[in-house]
Amino acid sequence: MAEIRNYTMNFGPQHPAAHGVLRLVLELDGEVIERADPHIGLLHRATEKLAEHKTFIQSLPYMDRLDYVSMMSNEHAYVMAIEKLMGITVPERAQYIRVLFDELTRILNHLLWLGAHALDIGAMTVFLYAFREREDLMDVYEAVSGARMHAAYYRPGGVYRDLPDTMPQYQASKIHNAAAIRDMNTNRQGSVLDFIEDFARRFPTYVDEYETLLTDNRIWKQRTVGIGVVSPERALALGFSGPMLRGSGIEWDLRRKQPYEVYDRMEFDIPVGVNGDCYDRYLVRMEEMRQSNRIVKQCVDWLRKNPGPVITDNHKVAPPSRVDMKQNMEELIHHFKLFTEGMHVPEGEAYAAVEHPKGEFGIYLVSDGANKPYRLKIRAPGYPHLAALDEMVRGHMIADVVAIIGTQDIVFGEIDR
Amino acid sequence: MNPSLESLSVTLITALGTKLVRQRDALGELTIEVRARDLTEVMTTLRDHAGLRFEQLIDLCGMDYSAYREGDWEGQRFAVVYHLLSISKNRRVRVRAFAAEDDFPVVPSLVKVWPAANWFEREAFDLFGIVFDGHPDLRRILTDYGFVGHPFRKDFPLSGNVEMRYDPEQQRVIYQPVSIDPREVTPRIVREENYGERA
Repeated sequence: MAEIRNYTMNFGPQHPAAHGVLRLVLELDGEVIERADPHIGLLHRATEKLAEHKTFIQSLPYMDRLDYVSMMSNEHAYVMAIEKLMGITVPERAQYIRVLFDELTRILNHLLWLGAHALDIGAMTVFLYAFREREDLMDVYEAVSGARMHAAYYRPGGVYRDLPDTMPQYQASKIHNAAAIRDMNTNRQGSVLDFIEDFARRFPTYVDEYETLLTDNRIWKQRTVGIGVVSPERALALGFSGPMLRGSGIEWDLRRKQPYEVYDRMEFDIPVGVNGDCYDRYLVRMEEMRQSNRIVKQCVDWLRKNPGPVITDNHKVAPPSRVDMKQNMEELIHHFKLFTEGMHVPEGEAYAAVEHPKGEFGIYLVSDGANKPYRLKIRAPGYPHLAALDEMVRGHMIADVVAIIGTQDIVFGEIDR
Repeated sequence: MNPSLESLSVTLITALGTKLVRQRDALGELTIEVRARDLTEVMTTLRDHAGLRFEQLIDLCGMDYSAYREGDWEGQRFAVVYHLLSISKNRRVRVRAFAAEDDFPVVPSLVKVWPAANWFEREAFDLFGIVFDGHPDLRRILTDYGFVGHPFRKDFPLSGNVEMRYDPEQQRVIYQPVSIDPREVTPRIVREENYGERA
């Protein structure tokens, strides 16, 4: 009889299904996984250490680069921690803008997750569809902040600036003639809010399209139903949050349970799974996109009716307007001090958490009264999720590892920090 | 103090008794301090006590207080900070435990209480050199294979100690001492109370 040996297999760090730079050491018995040992840290940039050497506002753009598919949600937790320590109130309009962009970011994140997850387990079309919609949202990001991804739009005390009145339009080129451009620009005639409203009107149909392709698809169900099952008790003990926790049947959403900004005024439902497998988590995230779309519509309605300031008038925190700066000595000094020395955050510690698309994203900020944080700890939702990978893949086949990595919505920017 | 925090504070005093060293309420968050040697017992109580029920360990991080307020820190240097969340009671609490020795900080591991502690403790070990007694697999996690030192300690330079380059003579990647000078663009300043306010 032939000798039977266990194999140790190396997966990644360069592998399209590794979602970045995941290196997995798999111990196999035939094709069945006995143990998975993720090696992380290949994207470790020591964001927390860098933040200790930068002023509070200088570290803000680093937050975009943590989870680089849900940029503004990361900024949100960071500015909330600073605001909590300083006791700043954010203007109402800025709170609505933040909620609006948190939800657009959630859609942006879930679209990438959906595309990548489906691509990993064999469905190409969804990826192309998802990126078509992401393009519209990226344009919105660019319209408000000037950057398609790393926005640096949220600031302590509010947001960088109000929503612009015009939506940037396509220009004629060698590829698109004038008639085609006119067609592409039809929904870009008005303001950014008009464009977002048009997107929110179209988006449910798009989600229907994805669901037509996947939800009742036999191959999709064979790859996801009963894979990576996590019981509610284990999900709690393993530190899961967000869709990973809700997929296991626990109704927990910080937007509802510990509301921040204006989430207590929003109407939305929290989808919950039943079996805690990959398929349920897929259903939860699909429904979350629809619910986010509902919140977006409510924010757009409110923002149309209520103009106002979008950043605090406390010039120890936010810069004064250019006009004031040129007419008033004191404002000039404020501006100079803010951008050379930075703001001083009172001594203390604060933990601020948001319902990030991937789960609970928290910032633990310790300040000793200086113009730089004493310690910044980033609680990334993906970190405990990936830590549970070993438990989730045991007894599954190699092909299921890819499905489980996909369902965890792993992004290395936040895990390695 | 809001009523939910107040009832939590009372429950903590009755449940922990003398094991509770200090309690502080600030910015709507409750922080308790416990001794490192009581940690396993305290955390098990926090998880299982009917009035507390902290089912989730949300975060665990190391702290190095040696440079706090420009070195004006008395007490032990290393601490571990835990953030707990109770889903059933919808409450949070922060627990801090100082490691007794500065030269060789040791804290008991909580992997048996919450499995989520596993990687968080590996991270704190890697970055701060805090040893978690009883951890089943205390390896480095975020830094490179064969890394020397604990980079998040305050005495570790931001630029690190070694840099990597390809050596064409030896035809392999080598490590050498860093060639860049440390540079601070904005100095770190702690201002006196009420700085910049009108008299």
